[in-house]
Amino acid sequence: MNLKHLKMTFRLFSTYKNIPRVCVVGAGPAGFYAAMHLTKKLENVHIDIIEKLPVPFGLVRYGVAPDHPEVKNVINQFTKFAQQKNVNFYGNITLGKDISLLQLREHYDAVLLTYGADEDKTLGIENEDAYNVLAARNFVGWYNGHPRDKDLKVDLSGHTAAILGQGNVALDVARILLSPLDILKKTDITDYALQALANSKIKELYLVGRRGPLNVAFTIKELREQIKLENCATIWRKNDFIGVAESVNSMPRPRKRLTELMLKSLNENTNTVNDNQKLFKPIFYRSPKKFLVNSEKHLTGIELACNVLTGDKIEDQKCVSTKDSEILNCSLAFRSIGYKSVKVDNDLPFSSNGVVINENGRVINTDVSDLAKLYVAGWLGTGPVGVILHTMSNAFQVAKLICEDLKKQENYKKGGFLEFKNIINEKTSVIDWSGWEKIDKYETEEGKKLGKPREKITCIEKMIQIALT
Amino acid sequence: MFRTLNFFYKTRSMKTVPTLMRDQKKFFSLTSRLRHGEYEWQDPKSEDEVVNIVYIDKDGKKTNVRGKVGDNVLYLAHRYGVEMEGACEASLACTTCHVYVKQDYLDKLTDPEEKEDDLLDMAPFLKENSRLGCQIILTKDMEGMELILPKATRNFYVDGHKPAPH
Repeated sequence: MNLKHLKMTFRLFSTYKNIPRVCVVGAGPAGFYAAMHLTKKLENVHIDIIEKLPVPFGLVRYGVAPDHPEVKNVINQFTKFAQQKNVNFYGNITLGKDISLLQLREHYDAVLLTYGADEDKTLGIENEDAYNVLAARNFVGWYNGHPRDKDLKVDLSGHTAAILGQGNVALDVARILLSPLDILKKTDITDYALQALANSKIKELYLVGRRGPLNVAFTIKELREQIKLENCATIWRKNDFIGVAESVNSMPRPRKRLTELMLKSLNENTNTVNDNQKLFKPIFYRSPKKFLVNSEKHLTGIELACNVLTGDKIEDQKCVSTKDSEILNCSLAFRSIGYKSVKVDNDLPFSSNGVVINENGRVINTDVSDLAKLYVAGWLGTGPVGVILHTMSNAFQVAKLICEDLKKQENYKKGGFLEFKNIINEKTSVIDWSGWEKIDKYETEEGKKLGKPREKITCIEKMIQIALT
Repeated sequence: MFRTLNFFYKTRSMKTVPTLMRDQKKFFSLTSRLRHGEYEWQDPKSEDEVVNIVYIDKDGKKTNVRGKVGDNVLYLAHRYGVEMEGACEASLACTTCHVYVKQDYLDKLTDPEEKEDDLLDMAPFLKENSRLGCQIILTKDMEGMELILPKATRNFYVDGHKPAPH
């Protein structure tokens, strides 16, 4: 009696078809949180999580900065969850390539898309393709060991760099570039990134914002960290803060505390800076107009348009460029102005701003009888904003809807992954949870040799090879 | 009075969270999690230790809990099935254990650390009496304390919009 036979028998006689089956596409925080909520709220449910990479956790693994290990604690919860009997992880399966949305909908009672926002927004200005103009996203992927970004060419031989954008990703990039090496050494940052940063000549880093200090998108925790960074001075431009102190009191608490922190740091600016210190320089009211390059198309600077805000009320103010401009000399630039999602399957209704069109998580106008209902959670549905908490809340709320819809259904006739397993196996090597556990073990052991919590494998083929041994 | 209370508090709480935070390897070890919150699973050894508190969830459902001195409000909630998330495992990296503390008891807690305040800034539906559950360690004077979970934990509304209660 072989294994195949046993499985067939199991399929014929088991009651598996009476259980609702949900497919979650994308093993990041949105997918995990939604799936966890489903198993909490439904007595009986079977969940398959499929993921493009052979490894789980999405941005928790590849987005969260290596010096924020505490944020990654959610992995413990996710792991416990994934080990449950009614939950399966299937890695190395790409929606739209290895399997179509239609196929998934044929084999499940509900399909939840949580594959996030994979692409970065571009500025659309001259010379954006110049040497050493990088997407912050790729740089983050590079130091975090994302297989897609492992070969990114990052030239840190210049003195000055600029980050265009003032969100938390921008601050992550700044902190990684300005942190003392001793701090990074103990993190799970990739070894090649550590080597490159050890040889970095970057001394001065600009953080360029289109609007004013009251419009920054980063949060106070990240700014405080940057300001407190060892051996690094924060230098603000006094003129950027005209009128700011006066309006502080009328702001809501988060904005007020954040602004007060900037003002406090501004007033400490007068302290003399010593030669060994690195410099962090946020500047405001400047929009990149074009990248300046030399004859080899290497970046030499950025022409910035000077902006003013028009309108009385802060919330209604518009940012307008004036005729004036300023040249910022730098040999490295990052654009950090946001992400957008990719339409991976033609059957998906996509809005012009790069999210799946949905109503509270239900993908609209896609209901067809006999096909799984379609849902979306996380950045793919909300747009790429907010910290992990926001993603969690959204995931819970969408999961609640799925529960309500599933409960209305009287019987469940779908068979889930087993029904299309053979088709998938012809196209790709599926990595299950035990495969990931092997990768995890390997990475932790490699890390131990280097005195780090983990050294990530950055090559997909190698991941697969380890997972399948 | 305040000073002494604070001091008492800090020495207590130091034993639990921050020491673990310094040991980075623990974040990646899956077994360490089991030790988190173990203390809260021990029943009070004597009546002197008992601190009764009440959790009130977003639907108004009350859960009376017989805790003890030194219990962490987050892990105690886990033990009694109260839906408090605690995603970062009390390492001050998220706000998923956001609670409102009834005013009379607010003064009995130590003032929040800068880091806690920074995180609370990100919490949806922040109020004057907002705190993070994972930073509240029970003491005798918290007897009878009521902790209310936020009505909602999502943050979809643009500033100023008030969601209708369910």
